[in-house]
Amino acid sequence: MLEALGLSSVEDLFSCIPETVRFKGKLNLPEALSEMELVSHMQALADSDLNLDACACFLGAGAYDHYVPAAIDQILLRQEFYTSYTPYQPEISQGTLQALFEYQTMICDIAGMDVSNASMYDGASALAEASIMACSITGRSRVLVARSIHPESRQAVRTYVTFRDMEVEEFGYVDGQANLEELEEKISPDTAAVLVQNPNFFGVVEPLEAIAEIAHRYGALFVASVDPISLALLKSPGESGADIAVGSGQPLGNPISFGGPHFGFLAVKERFVRRMPGRIVGQTHDKSGKRGFVLTLQAREQHIRREKATSNICTNHTLNAIAAAIYLSLMGRDGLVKVAELCQKKARYAYEALTGLGKFKPAFSAPFFREFVLLSAEPVGDLNRRLLDEKVIGGYPLGKDYPEMPDGWLLAVTEKRSREEIDRLVRVAGGASS
Amino acid sequence: MRDPEKLIFEMGSPGRIGYSLPPCDVPELPEPLLTSEEHRRKSALNLPEASEVDVVRHFTRLSQLNYGVDCGFYPLGSCTMKYNPKVNETVARLPGFSRLHPYQPEETVQGALRLMYELGSMLSEITGMAAFSLQPAAGAHGEMTGLMIIKAYHAHRHDNKRRQILVPDSAHGTNPASAAMLGYEVVEVKSNERGTVDLDTLKSLLGDETAGLMLTNPNTLGLFEDEIVPIAEAVHGAGGLVYYDGANLNAVLGVSRPGDMGFDVVHLNLHKTFSSPHGGGGPGAGPVGVCKRLMPFLPKPVVALEDGRYRLDYDRPLSVGKVRSYFGNFGVLVKAYAYILSMGSSGLREVAENAVLNANYLLKRLKKHYHVPFDHPCMHECVVSCSDLKEECGISALDVAKRLIDYGFYPPTIYFPLVVKEALMIEPTETEGKETLDAFAEAMIAIVKEAKATPELFEDAPHDTVVSRLDEVAAARNPILRFKP
Repeated sequence: MLEALGLSSVEDLFSCIPETVRFKGKLNLPEALSEMELVSHMQALADSDLNLDACACFLGAGAYDHYVPAAIDQILLRQEFYTSYTPYQPEISQGTLQALFEYQTMICDIAGMDVSNASMYDGASALAEASIMACSITGRSRVLVARSIHPESRQAVRTYVTFRDMEVEEFGYVDGQANLEELEEKISPDTAAVLVQNPNFFGVVEPLEAIAEIAHRYGALFVASVDPISLALLKSPGESGADIAVGSGQPLGNPISFGGPHFGFLAVKERFVRRMPGRIVGQTHDKSGKRGFVLTLQAREQHIRREKATSNICTNHTLNAIAAAIYLSLMGRDGLVKVAELCQKKARYAYEALTGLGKFKPAFSAPFFREFVLLSAEPVGDLNRRLLDEKVIGGYPLGKDYPEMPDGWLLAVTEKRSREEIDRLVRVAGGASS
Repeated sequence: MRDPEKLIFEMGSPGRIGYSLPPCDVPELPEPLLTSEEHRRKSALNLPEASEVDVVRHFTRLSQLNYGVDCGFYPLGSCTMKYNPKVNETVARLPGFSRLHPYQPEETVQGALRLMYELGSMLSEITGMAAFSLQPAAGAHGEMTGLMIIKAYHAHRHDNKRRQILVPDSAHGTNPASAAMLGYEVVEVKSNERGTVDLDTLKSLLGDETAGLMLTNPNTLGLFEDEIVPIAEAVHGAGGLVYYDGANLNAVLGVSRPGDMGFDVVHLNLHKTFSSPHGGGGPGAGPVGVCKRLMPFLPKPVVALEDGRYRLDYDRPLSVGKVRSYFGNFGVLVKAYAYILSMGSSGLREVAENAVLNANYLLKRLKKHYHVPFDHPCMHECVVSCSDLKEECGISALDVAKRLIDYGFYPPTIYFPLVVKEALMIEPTETEGKETLDAFAEAMIAIVKEAKATPELFEDAPHDTVVSRLDEVAAARNPILRFKP
């Protein structure tokens, strides 16, 4: 090929690069590994971690150890799904497009909303994008955030909003639920949105309708960040008056993967459809009238509108959204309810058993779903270390994010936790510290 | 021609299930939440009722309506659709990586933290930057994060007038959109007749309101910005910072480093240059690298190594904060790390060599048949125009793209960069052999002949796909965005 180009050496290909910025040496990287060597190296690295298959995990805090049916990964490994890119040429991308259309339908269904986009990076960035979107819709520049929202989501909102030169203010909680009186005090006619999570970071169910009423009374949008599994049982954002629903989709068939890639969902009421960030798939037809799917409403997007776009998002988390569509198809209307009920029952069982020990006090009396906060008489760090010795990953220490609860311990119980594992948790937690 | 696949909602039957769950093994206690009127969901779920085999067949049939890199040549410009090594999928699925909770105690995730630490170091070495954050989830997310770092740097110096980000007219759409996400005013820099940034024009736009310049190098025309050194000097001289959009890094791996060119901030697309698969539109990863003076502003946490132990360092008072939850798209990071280890130093340089060789070979074969707006050797991708075809035969870039599908290829990027009319942006990548390039070139040449002899062929192209050309106008005018029974 060099010959065809009339070049004598590969070096000539780079003659347009000025001498001064040519890299002369050899990159200081490890020597190339063969496939066999690579696998051994990676296996050794992986083996130095304690993976969740080798222990009982009671950590949640935004990333949950739900069961992932085997069929999902087998389908995701179809190269036509995982090696393709954004479906710019719809005629040879109908697989991705239709799967995303089905995904959008399912998200609308569980969230009770009218329109869903085709996915966001994660729950935190989806909430941040929803805040920006609310500011742009209302023409206001102040966002009110419940302190009972996941600390990392609040940080992402703060980053997005303050770098946009707009304001974030937080309101507290009472008995684990958003403090409505404080919300009433802080909300004003320049509030663009009120942000709440349900179940919140403490696992507690929030009074969504009351919050929606307050937000709407001031002309602000109500943004609800919700857990998708809980929606099988709990009132949906749509039923509760939310204008924008977001959340982390990780519980829907996505591996926990040390925090990513997960995905975020974002769904809105019909009237906001043209203000949404991200890809949206729409149904249309070809010349012969056959149904087909395309990326649509692209006049919102960066590749068309550049600096006037609703967001800069381009690559999103399509494959994770497809995993969710497969998960929801497999679980179906019956299975999702069963999973949610199992979480609920097992969490209740663990809660009663732990509080029965006398060593842990419930932090709140408000109803919870899959996760709950206990106040521990033993320092949480010591407690978690003792549990780890028995191959149990204990709860999230709340003290670092909520200094008012230095002894707060947040435990999650999914459908995967067996009675034996819960009993082990209770036995070890109840034992004296050594 | 295949029939379209039904929607999952049009399949199955009432009561059919596709899951398998154990019975509840704990005593059932009275549960107020399950019966509470206040909190309980009112509307029924309308999710599918299908068996596992129904679901598996449905999604398998859907997959067959897609075209992936393993199907064939995918020269989608600016997207670097290189082959995704299979072993990376295997290692990323090791439970010691895929089954880790992000808040597990640090002592139980030393392998994962070491991987992130080493990946950051290797990316620093490859780009000539001082340090990386692996947090951003995608290229555009990296751009936004990088610009936040620029904004935080100026703010820290109380240099508060800097409201403008300069962006060449050939830039990716994400560049101006990312700048706008932060409230920056976007100032467009016109390209010169050589297709690169015009130094004098740039200088005339610089001033004490300049926060920075975003540049892709090589640029989206596949051309190296050979005045990069004086460009960076001019921006720095005006008090601004220079941002590197790493979408095209594949062209210069081991050949030239953004850090040595004078860039202060870079983002990389691990799903382009570092072979992690594109997933039909993500997940990717968009790590951000910075020069030394910008290190304090990186998102938190960063992985630190102390006394042989890896830990997450959150104590970073000048950090821009978090742009997402947890630490990044770890599963994607594992694949990029495995890729770099497989390639080594000389392997990475060969990537650039072969990517550039392949693009120039295609350019050479095509330029007798297509108009080439900037006729000099290209880097890893080339841009040709269908403007002559459009004028002579009424055949547009879109028509050519659709006809290429009939020939069994994924079409190049079309109508981008915006500075070229009827553009086809072709990026072959290094993983393609000569016979593939020749077959593609021959198809492109045959298409020119067809355009002249049988233009009607194009009207209904593509011909062999499950659907023919779809009505995108109708889709946008009357949006149907979910299935309604």
